[in-house]
Amino acid sequence: MGFVQTIGRWVLNLVLDIGRLGIMCGRLLSAVLRIPRSLKLIINQMLTMGVQSLPLVLLTSAFTGAVSAWQGAYQFQNYVPMRYLGTAVGKAVVIELAPVLTALVVAGRVGASIAAELGTMRVTEQIDALEVMGIDPVRYLVMPRVVSGLIMMPMLVMFANVIAILGALVIAVTLVNLSSETFLNGVRMFFSFSDLYTGLTKATVFGLIISLIGSFQGFNASGGAEGVGRATTRAVVTSSVLILISNFLLATIQFRL
Amino acid sequence: MISIKQLSKSFGNLTVLRDVDLDVERGETAVVIGRSGSGKSVLLKHILGLIHPDSGHVYIDGQSIEQMTRRELDQVRIRSGVLFQGGALFDSMTLLENVGLGLAENTRKSRQEIDDIATERLQWVGLKDAIDKFPSEVSGGMRKRAALARAIAMDPDIVLYDEPTTGLDPVTAEGINDLIVHLRERLEVTAIAVTHDMNSAFKIGDRIAMLYEGRIVFNGTADDARSSDDPVLQQFIKGDTEGPLEII
Repeated sequence: MGFVQTIGRWVLNLVLDIGRLGIMCGRLLSAVLRIPRSLKLIINQMLTMGVQSLPLVLLTSAFTGAVSAWQGAYQFQNYVPMRYLGTAVGKAVVIELAPVLTALVVAGRVGASIAAELGTMRVTEQIDALEVMGIDPVRYLVMPRVVSGLIMMPMLVMFANVIAILGALVIAVTLVNLSSETFLNGVRMFFSFSDLYTGLTKATVFGLIISLIGSFQGFNASGGAEGVGRATTRAVVTSSVLILISNFLLATIQFRL
Repeated sequence: MISIKQLSKSFGNLTVLRDVDLDVERGETAVVIGRSGSGKSVLLKHILGLIHPDSGHVYIDGQSIEQMTRRELDQVRIRSGVLFQGGALFDSMTLLENVGLGLAENTRKSRQEIDDIATERLQWVGLKDAIDKFPSEVSGGMRKRAALARAIAMDPDIVLYDEPTTGLDPVTAEGINDLIVHLRERLEVTAIAVTHDMNSAFKIGDRIAMLYEGRIVFNGTADDARSSDDPVLQQFIKGDTEGPLEII
């Protein structure tokens, strides 16, 4: 009976959360009309989410590119000519590695920070204070974060693409003994803009997931500092899982068409 | 002006409010007293639609809060002010920005006009020299006073005070009480305060209502309250440990 009750409660909470998220999305859509009035808030969020995340994203990308060059070289040896190393690394970075790893890093840094900030505002009645001042908190707090997520994630991924390929180039030249020209020719050889679009489309979807889930969890936090902690954890875990699932779905769409 | 009719609210198995009735006339300050956890703040949050009742209604100028559109509710909220228990000041803004936020978002006033009004309100509460400080840089009493300045920034018709003196030393608490009385006389607002501080209740209230076990068990003037023979009310006023109210 206890097991059935637990499952029932879990399903009920899931349905409630989906309903609450739907209501928030509806309010978010109506808030989009007021973007011009919220430009300052959006720019502030773009600085927080984008510019301040850049060093961490660049560091992650450099090592991701470097290790993918190592991995590629290891798998190619004796079977595939090394001049294709740049091709393999370039494709892997642009389609998968840069968008997904950047998104996971940003989910940990920005998604957690959004949930903690809004969660603290919720439990200290700051969100109630906005409501009673006639200010829609979804328009004031959530919309700038979501718009910023949609814009900044693709930008971060563009930087990540470049730095990851440079990281791979450094390894290819210094440790695999490939010339930089050979490696970069490999990158260019089968480069396709559709791959880049796919990566950037994924980044946009991931940006939406991170900002929306972070905001949703923070917005619905309750129970003081412990509740804020729970909301932050849920924001990171839910975003990360949704990033991986949506990445699979988007990859399926891309590779089947 | 504010009329609460048959309001009931439960959270899970816990019934917090049971058929609560309360009317507050224009220009009057009603104080709802009751023990911690008796549902005073929940009652206050119903008045501006922050919590939805299970049954019953809150009417403002004859119009039910529950039946208002979002826009109508926002209009009611814009002409209201709320002093939250913890102040609920925005951490990332200075006191001046906190007080001016409602004006910046809801009016077409220039930045200079907004700053002038916010500075004036902060001056009323004795915080003119702290306008550029952040909430984390000032004391609890100053935060409460800044929150009061924010609550009255839009010249509200209605002000709700949630535990205005809780957590303050007696001198600061008395200062807040004086401010509330002064603002009532200056702005002629209709107000509801919830508190368990009887000094504050007698000082600021035209009328006192007591909430006990989810119901209003007393509703009358301060003099009526003092002379009442209701054992629950008398024990609460005197703070006796002996009586129907048990120590929790």
